[in-house]
Amino acid sequence: MSYIVKPQFHHPQLRKNDLGYTRRDYEGTLTTLCGGCGHDSISAAIIHAVHEMSLAPHQLAKVSGIGCSSKIPSYFLERSHGFNSVHGRMPSIATGANLANRELYYLGISGDGDTASIGLGQFCHIVRRRINMLYIVANNGTYGLTKGQLSATADLGSKTKSGEESQYDNIDLVSLAIDLGASFVARSFSGDKEQLVPLIQAGLSHRGFALIDVISPCVTFNNTPLSAHGYKNTWENNVVLSEIDFVPMRREITARYSAGKDKEITLHDGSVIHLHKTGTGYDPGNRENALLHVNEYKKQGKIATGLLYINQDQSDFHELADTVNKPFNRLNEHDLCPGGEVLADINETFM
Amino acid sequence: MSSRGQAASRKTGKTRKTASVNNFVVKFANVNGSGSASANNLFAKAIFRMGIPVSPHNIFPSNIQGLPTWYEVRVNDKGFLGRREGVDLMVAVNEQTIVRDIESVVPDGFVLYDSSKALRPIRKDVNFLPIPLKDICLREFQHPGQRQLFQNIVYVGALAAFLDIDFEILTGMISEQFRGKEKLILPNVHALELGYHYARDHFDCPLPIRLRPSRKARGKILMDGNTAIGLGCVYGGATVASWYPLTPSTSVVEAYGKYCKRLRIDPGTGKRKFAIVQAEDELAAIGIAIGAGWNGARAFTASSGPGVSLMQEFLGLAYFAEVPVVLFNIQRVGPSTGMPTRTQQGDLLSCAFASHGDTRQVLLFPSTPKECFEFAAAAFDIADRLQTPVIVMSDLELGMNEHVCDPLEWDDAGGYDRGKVLGGEQLEQMEKYGRYLDVDGDGIPWRTLPGAHPERGSYFTRGSSHDAMAAYTEDGDVYAEVMDRLARKFAGAGKVLPEPEIQADGASRGMIYFGTTAGAIPEAQHKFAKRGVRLDTLRIRSYPFHDAVSRFIGEHETVYVIEQNRDAQLKSLLKIDCGANDEKMRSVLSYNGVVISADQIQAAILADLPEAPEQEQASA
Repeated sequence: MSYIVKPQFHHPQLRKNDLGYTRRDYEGTLTTLCGGCGHDSISAAIIHAVHEMSLAPHQLAKVSGIGCSSKIPSYFLERSHGFNSVHGRMPSIATGANLANRELYYLGISGDGDTASIGLGQFCHIVRRRINMLYIVANNGTYGLTKGQLSATADLGSKTKSGEESQYDNIDLVSLAIDLGASFVARSFSGDKEQLVPLIQAGLSHRGFALIDVISPCVTFNNTPLSAHGYKNTWENNVVLSEIDFVPMRREITARYSAGKDKEITLHDGSVIHLHKTGTGYDPGNRENALLHVNEYKKQGKIATGLLYINQDQSDFHELADTVNKPFNRLNEHDLCPGGEVLADINETFM
Repeated sequence: MSSRGQAASRKTGKTRKTASVNNFVVKFANVNGSGSASANNLFAKAIFRMGIPVSPHNIFPSNIQGLPTWYEVRVNDKGFLGRREGVDLMVAVNEQTIVRDIESVVPDGFVLYDSSKALRPIRKDVNFLPIPLKDICLREFQHPGQRQLFQNIVYVGALAAFLDIDFEILTGMISEQFRGKEKLILPNVHALELGYHYARDHFDCPLPIRLRPSRKARGKILMDGNTAIGLGCVYGGATVASWYPLTPSTSVVEAYGKYCKRLRIDPGTGKRKFAIVQAEDELAAIGIAIGAGWNGARAFTASSGPGVSLMQEFLGLAYFAEVPVVLFNIQRVGPSTGMPTRTQQGDLLSCAFASHGDTRQVLLFPSTPKECFEFAAAAFDIADRLQTPVIVMSDLELGMNEHVCDPLEWDDAGGYDRGKVLGGEQLEQMEKYGRYLDVDGDGIPWRTLPGAHPERGSYFTRGSSHDAMAAYTEDGDVYAEVMDRLARKFAGAGKVLPEPEIQADGASRGMIYFGTTAGAIPEAQHKFAKRGVRLDTLRIRSYPFHDAVSRFIGEHETVYVIEQNRDAQLKSLLKIDCGANDEKMRSVLSYNGVVISADQIQAAILADLPEAPEQEQASA
């Protein structure tokens, strides 16, 4: 809870996007997280990404579970509806919301406890269901709100501030999502906004289920030199497998974007992902290759980041369910109710 | 004994003295998975088509194949279709249970059995109807599957002769059932005829218990409650169904899907105006429905005790964050896995207070398939109007058995009540919007849907404490204000909930009942009247209770609360909410997994009466 009212003052010449909105129009309430928390950087990256895409904030809905991560939808996109639900159950809320109105963008925010422990089942099944959304995990390897217990994503041997050492293998959400058929899977680092912003933009524009696993250090409980999810380890062992730029639909391709580009991926809505030459020659279009790379780097204690896997042609839930184009929440009685005459015929079949 | 020559009702033998027309119980004892269900259903429906009130019951195991299963059909021309003890005719074709099955037949009753195998003599006071079902089918049919399946059809044919079922109705139903698969009609009809002729050739037909065409069930329908709920969801405008398979609720979503595929296809595009998600568990099932409800679609889930237990946390969220959602609880016997294929009204308290903290949930109690349809459709209006979960409390008895009831009705002039939802234009006109502001004084705030307006009306839905503007707060007074408003909203809910059904004639004693105990009430009242015992009745149809419930309790010296659970859950709820004093409230309870009978009700109340009741007058 914030006791401090956020100042309304802003620079008169803040850049406006195509809709005439400044970044201020995409902000939320003041954060209540600890100073230096990786999650605040994720909020900032989301604000930056959505503003730059010129996405109308009311065309996006935010959903989250419970935990430090799941609080952050308060701190961005105040003009978007949000739903802070139940621990580990954001995927079901996101599924229902998406079924009710297929036209909105859905941004899910979760944490490692929320996704990899209590919500692991729901996570797996929303991946399988191919719900069209961007699912961001703010992954810090620890339970912050309950004061620093290890989470299921904490690497084997990783130590928290209290000295507790992880004795078990971790759950790697990226491998899991690729394995279960997610069509857009990326990993990033809250400290690398250059990398994170275009991934958020691409993930939102991607049709189908998109996951970004964001290493987001917990400065209070899990940021020691021995914390796998700490700033030090993440900076030192981050291996960028693929770097991307994102060009929203209907935007001209500028020289800045095309410089050094290796490959273009056109998304369903006409947006374009530019893959940079990184020297790794990594191809995110190959699922088996993606799993191989992620696991290989993990064995070496490295963290593979960037766009790891994409299949821009996979059908989403609505296509598979063959639903009408008009959002369900705009169908009225005339559209939905068969009426009294039909009921009389139905009665006949029970006589 | 050898079945041969011992049959009491053989043409040469004696027959039962007392005749009984349109008033008896036939029970079928079968092996689960042997194909008996459709044959038994054919039998019951044929009686219904003769215009005779009938009430079939499945008594089935939690099993796919091999365990015993029973199908009990009560025929009663007065329309008393609650359960009745005693079996007049037993179709005993399950060797595992045949001894107990024969023991359950009333003296002078009948036992139809498969005489292909000898039967040990166990009773002399019943009439045996030996028919070599297996031998007949081995002789007449070549296909191994048909040799098994048609044994069931042969006994239905025999019953047609024994009980005087209109044979043309049976053959007509066979033709309907196999429309499009005409090759199957002939062998089925042949099987019916084999049984029919065998019975006519070997026994005096019809038996003293028999049928006569009636007008009592003319114009009625024979439907199960779950089908009616599924259809009610289609009519009520539900577009999202999320569920996890669980007996006895499964057929709700199956029926919804079946009717949607017929009635909810966009004529222009062929696309679907509905989506069904078979979720990973019940937590997800209710979560999906809540997510859809939050976003303005009408959504539901259907489950039973174990699944509803899993939904508790989400039900609290929907109550506190004020999200409309509809849940159908088709109750079965708990606790835990309990008796999953038997009926109970055991979730009343756990649903009324579903979730942690101070929660109260709106409940609806249908008693007939017609009410299942009406309450299912109405539940979506109520949930939207009150912005809260609505739990429709059916049970296995109502949901999975067919019941005779009036045809379903729909008022095309009615229109959906989508409750207080502000659109973009309304938001444009408003100076200030707060999601949880009680602007109308009825405790019901206005909600907005995502995407409504580019700059106005957005809010953050949360299960954590929030103020009238939907902002997070840990201010205890603000929290208490919200809780008080929710209580006001709940207290005023009666306006949109079905009223109790009261039959009062100034008696000093009353009966309060609900749901499937209703089946036994008219017969119980008939029995009481014969003994000169007068009781007013009130059937509860919704919770929170209407004021009329408190008044009814106040106006009677003694109130019997009839329910199907051990702990008198409705009575407890009445004591909590209606201030009913303990002294006058008495319980009539049944919790053995089958629906309560009129005899049980009568026995319990007569035993409680201070004065000796008058002797029963000559039976009608």
